[in-house]
Amino acid sequence: MQKEQRPAVADWFTADDGVVRLQGSRCDACGTPYFPRNALACRNPHCAGPKDGSELVEYLFSTRGRIWSYADARYKPPPPYVSPDPFEPYVVAAVELEVEQMVILGQVVRGLTVDDLAVGMPVELTSGTLYEDDEAEHTVWMWRPIDA
Amino acid sequence: MPEKNDRDIAVLGAGMHPWGKWGRNFVEYGLVAARVALADAGVNQLDIGYIAGADTIRNGYPGFVSGATFAQALGWSGARISSSYAACASGAQAVANARAQILAGLCEVALVVGADTTPKGFFQPVGGERRDDPDWLRFHLLGATNPIYFALYARRRMALHGATLDDFAAVKVKNARHGLNNPNARYRKEVSVEEIAASAIVSDPLRLLDICATSDGGAALVLTSMEYARRHGIADPVRISALSTVTPTFPKTVLDLPDFATDSSVAVEPQARTFRSAIAHAAYEEAGLGPEDLSFAEVYDLSTALELDWYEDIGLCETGGAEQLLRSGATTLGGRVPVNPSGGLACFGEAIPAQAIAQICELTWQLRGQADGRQVENARAGIAVNQGLFGHGSAIIATR
Repeated sequence: MQKEQRPAVADWFTADDGVVRLQGSRCDACGTPYFPRNALACRNPHCAGPKDGSELVEYLFSTRGRIWSYADARYKPPPPYVSPDPFEPYVVAAVELEVEQMVILGQVVRGLTVDDLAVGMPVELTSGTLYEDDEAEHTVWMWRPIDA
Repeated sequence: MPEKNDRDIAVLGAGMHPWGKWGRNFVEYGLVAARVALADAGVNQLDIGYIAGADTIRNGYPGFVSGATFAQALGWSGARISSSYAACASGAQAVANARAQILAGLCEVALVVGADTTPKGFFQPVGGERRDDPDWLRFHLLGATNPIYFALYARRRMALHGATLDDFAAVKVKNARHGLNNPNARYRKEVSVEEIAASAIVSDPLRLLDICATSDGGAALVLTSMEYARRHGIADPVRISALSTVTPTFPKTVLDLPDFATDSSVAVEPQARTFRSAIAHAAYEEAGLGPEDLSFAEVYDLSTALELDWYEDIGLCETGGAEQLLRSGATTLGGRVPVNPSGGLACFGEAIPAQAIAQICELTWQLRGQADGRQVENARAGIAVNQGLFGHGSAIIATR
């Protein structure tokens, strides 16, 4: 039987409309988007908003960008990373989003290696299993090359 | 060198406990370093008006109150104290505290101490399940260890500036040679390009020998007012002429540990100077000199590739020029502006709260002409820079 799929972190990404998107916030006054979500106050010191949190609204990020850089992990990291046994190497990519003009980290979909990637390569957001336990498959946002 | 300004302070004593993986209590390293620095300065412990400790977060409560911990280990003397944590810039922050006390006339002589005992392997977040701490979350959700971030910067250099694995290896070979005769360095052995290429890939494109180890060690400084130094017959001491600990400016466009993302540039045009560059620039402004005045530099080579980023950040060359500068030999001992004559983190490994203080020890010995076996010729001005987590970093300029 298929295990339940459960986000490894609540409300950081969503697939409610069938498209996986990062969930953050955005300042209504100056337009600055934040990921992870910033609910305290806009952090742009030049922003003329009220800076009491009321200027920050929910924001769904654009889903495509280009790889700024990427790296892999060949050794098992320490907890709180949950590693399968035996350890499986994974790849992390920093992706530049044109719309939001910022770089966001994410793991790359499993099965790909650094040899499959290049700086500047277009990617899109998806989700995948970060780790599995007896109860569920715990999912997280991941980047995948477009057309891969 | 410019005339001394009225914000110079004197470095009268420098001392270290050798770096290694000794596995003993950090207090012992700090105490040894403090005693060496006091003897070097010829200052009696009872004359110290202020003790600034640089904290370690991996050694329990005594580490969080390091000023008191070291003061007690030395023997309570009624000195005023402070304990500070600023990640890799903790040592610099402790120096900054002592400097401010001296410049404000609140004390004449200060002792700065930092020491650490480190666990084996990757640094990991401090214990407990903390789902609102980005440092905990980056490990849990991304597996983004410190070497992952270093490797992201390294790959970016390769793509943007044509850095090669041979360039990264050349940094390690250089620093290993520099540190050969440094009695405080943990690794004192030549390393060949072949050995680096044969070492395991930790985080592609970086190999084990590209990434600095975590070490035990301790370092200390005795700092005084210029007037105190003169009264004690030291007319021409090594001086700290500038100390900068500026934050990034919004929007911060370079990913730092433990960030999940950069700031967005949608609302505000990014400044031309990125964070590391801004830290150094503020120090140059304060000292009234520029990169062309430097005799040498100590930079925070958490990885070989990061040393190349620093060349540009501290203005030794234009953006994209670091590989050429390295290949020209300018940053090797004997070159125009040797970088990491101590051997750097490549030879020391990182003992977080002690490291920025150790950098100042090296500046001091170089400027005094006491850096046996690694002396920069006619050293008159040096900069020491580092970057910590969460927006901490420092640049310190010493002159003579």
